[in-house]
Amino acid sequence: MKGQAHSTGSGQAGEISIRNAGIAFLASDRVVEAVRDISVEFGPGSFTTLLGPSGCGKSSLLGAIAGFVSLTQGVILVDQRPVHRPDGSRGVVFQHHNLFPWKTVRGNVEFGLKMRGIRKTERQRPVDEILDRVKLSTFQHSYPGHLSGGMQQRVNLARVLVNRPTVMMLDEPFAALDAQTRLQMQEMLLELWNGLKMTIVFVTHDVDEAVLLSDRVLVMSRRPGRIRADFEVPLARPRAADQLTSTEFNRLKKYCLELLREESLAEEGMTEGEPAAIQEPEFTNRLG
Amino acid sequence: MANALVSSSPTLPSLGNHVRPAGVRKKRSFAPVVIRCASLLACIAFWHVASTNRWNVIVNFENVPSPGAVCQAAVQLISSPKFQSHLLSSIARVFSGFGCAAVLAIAIGLGVGRSKLWSDLLMPPLELLRPIPAVAWIPLAVLMFPNPEESMVYITFVGAFYPILLNTIHGVSSVDSNLIFASLTLGANRLRVFSDVIVPAALPAIVTGLSIGMGNSWFSLVTAEMVAGQFGIGYYTWESYTLQKYPNIVLGMIAIGLLGMLSSLLIQRVAWFFMPWVKLGANR
Ligand SMILES: Nc1ncnc2c1ncn2[C@@H]1O[C@H](COP(=O)(O)OP(=O)(O)OP(=O)(O)O)[C@@H](O)[C@H]1O
Ligand SMILES: [Mg+2]
Repeated sequence: MKGQAHSTGSGQAGEISIRNAGIAFLASDRVVEAVRDISVEFGPGSFTTLLGPSGCGKSSLLGAIAGFVSLTQGVILVDQRPVHRPDGSRGVVFQHHNLFPWKTVRGNVEFGLKMRGIRKTERQRPVDEILDRVKLSTFQHSYPGHLSGGMQQRVNLARVLVNRPTVMMLDEPFAALDAQTRLQMQEMLLELWNGLKMTIVFVTHDVDEAVLLSDRVLVMSRRPGRIRADFEVPLARPRAADQLTSTEFNRLKKYCLELLREESLAEEGMTEGEPAAIQEPEFTNRLG
Repeated sequence: MANALVSSSPTLPSLGNHVRPAGVRKKRSFAPVVIRCASLLACIAFWHVASTNRWNVIVNFENVPSPGAVCQAAVQLISSPKFQSHLLSSIARVFSGFGCAAVLAIAIGLGVGRSKLWSDLLMPPLELLRPIPAVAWIPLAVLMFPNPEESMVYITFVGAFYPILLNTIHGVSSVDSNLIFASLTLGANRLRVFSDVIVPAALPAIVTGLSIGMGNSWFSLVTAEMVAGQFGIGYYTWESYTLQKYPNIVLGMIAIGLLGMLSSLLIQRVAWFFMPWVKLGANR
């Protein structure tokens, strides 16, 4: 890692500790409770995926870790310090493309360094380096409006990574891409993570994606979101697309799908009360 | 595939143009131009016939100058310093009134669009005056300013002010909050969020306001000059009526139309220069 990193350099930075976190929004006349009593820890350099039904508060939880959504209960500590407001050490790649349309690819990627007051001559090298990593050097003078969806999300990754964040959150970053591009992006993300070793919290609806990418999967309940299941993914790294067909992979996938299906059925009022027990595979839910 | 075969044939290079669908497209794109020109010519021909025959059915063409007479007057006037000074004084008025309006309305709009306090402080009186059209200000403006020159600049100012203000407020208050969150997580502070995200994001809306404001200020100025002016293109047009120089009325009208169009075009071109991403098409 290069010198201007936010990390302490010990490799221990990026530890997230969420304690009894609750998030509620005031929606016109009533209170919408998005997330209730979540307690979970993410180790430095870990890759965790959040799965859960739509509206269960995944984006809200990411926003709270980033610092632009405030908690109504509990506390979030990153490297032992409570999160109050957003800063460049915790980057977010959003669900929707939200590059600055008035800036070129290079201008977008440069933004974080500029905000930190790094001079133009000193911005050049890190920007070149990250553009090269996401294979966008030849498009650096294009505007985002001219790029394909996959390229836009690569700019998004580069824009966050140039800050060398200790924590990177991704909110359904590849949901709008076609299958081929998504696979390439997933590979690129794993490669980048391997090189930079930041803590990743990844939100997706796609169970394949969750299992293929992460060390650990958290399945959330319907709103108000709580953690329904928490398990490790024991697949060997480096991961490759051929693991998508292994029996281990399929067992994990089936387990996730059942949990999700049950949550969505409950939402439609088709089951009542406590969800029926789903038979867990032997790798065990860490919630016991 | 077929195209490639035809155009790669060495003996029949020109055949391709007739065979290809592109040939059909070319033919189609010519037709509208011809029709449009014909339509324009027909209107001018009607004007010519109606005015030379002094038609008087509902609309009275007896005193309407013919296109030929207008052209003659134009040739004489183009080189006349008097006409040019009328034009120049109108242009100067519009640009000073419009310029003041742009600076003030953008500044106020940026503040009001982002801050409740600014909005509560400034908007009530501005909202109260908004329904009054600029030209309704003419009599009071004449009384309020020491000389007619300033009152006329004031009228153009009022004409341009509200469209610029309202569009700026709209642009600033509808900035996508995800862009703001993104900039915060990239390390921007509040000031940089404003200068590096909110202002550029609002720029297209501001330009829309500027171009509507430019049209409005020409409209207001011409009216003011006709009512209260001693020179200027609006005054010139009205004076031509009182002096019975009828071809010059039409010339004045054409000049007013051209000036309005050119100044809007100028704004658009300048905007495109500063906002190359807008012309490239929407990002979303
Ligand atoms: N700013 C807000 N104001 C009011 N309600 C909000 C706000 N943000 C989110 N909510 C509500 O909180 C709940 C959780 O929203 P959130 O976006 O976190 O869910 P999500 O899990 O990310 O959903 P999805 O999978 O559809 O992206 C939803 O019911 C949503 O309507
Ligand atoms: Mg979401």
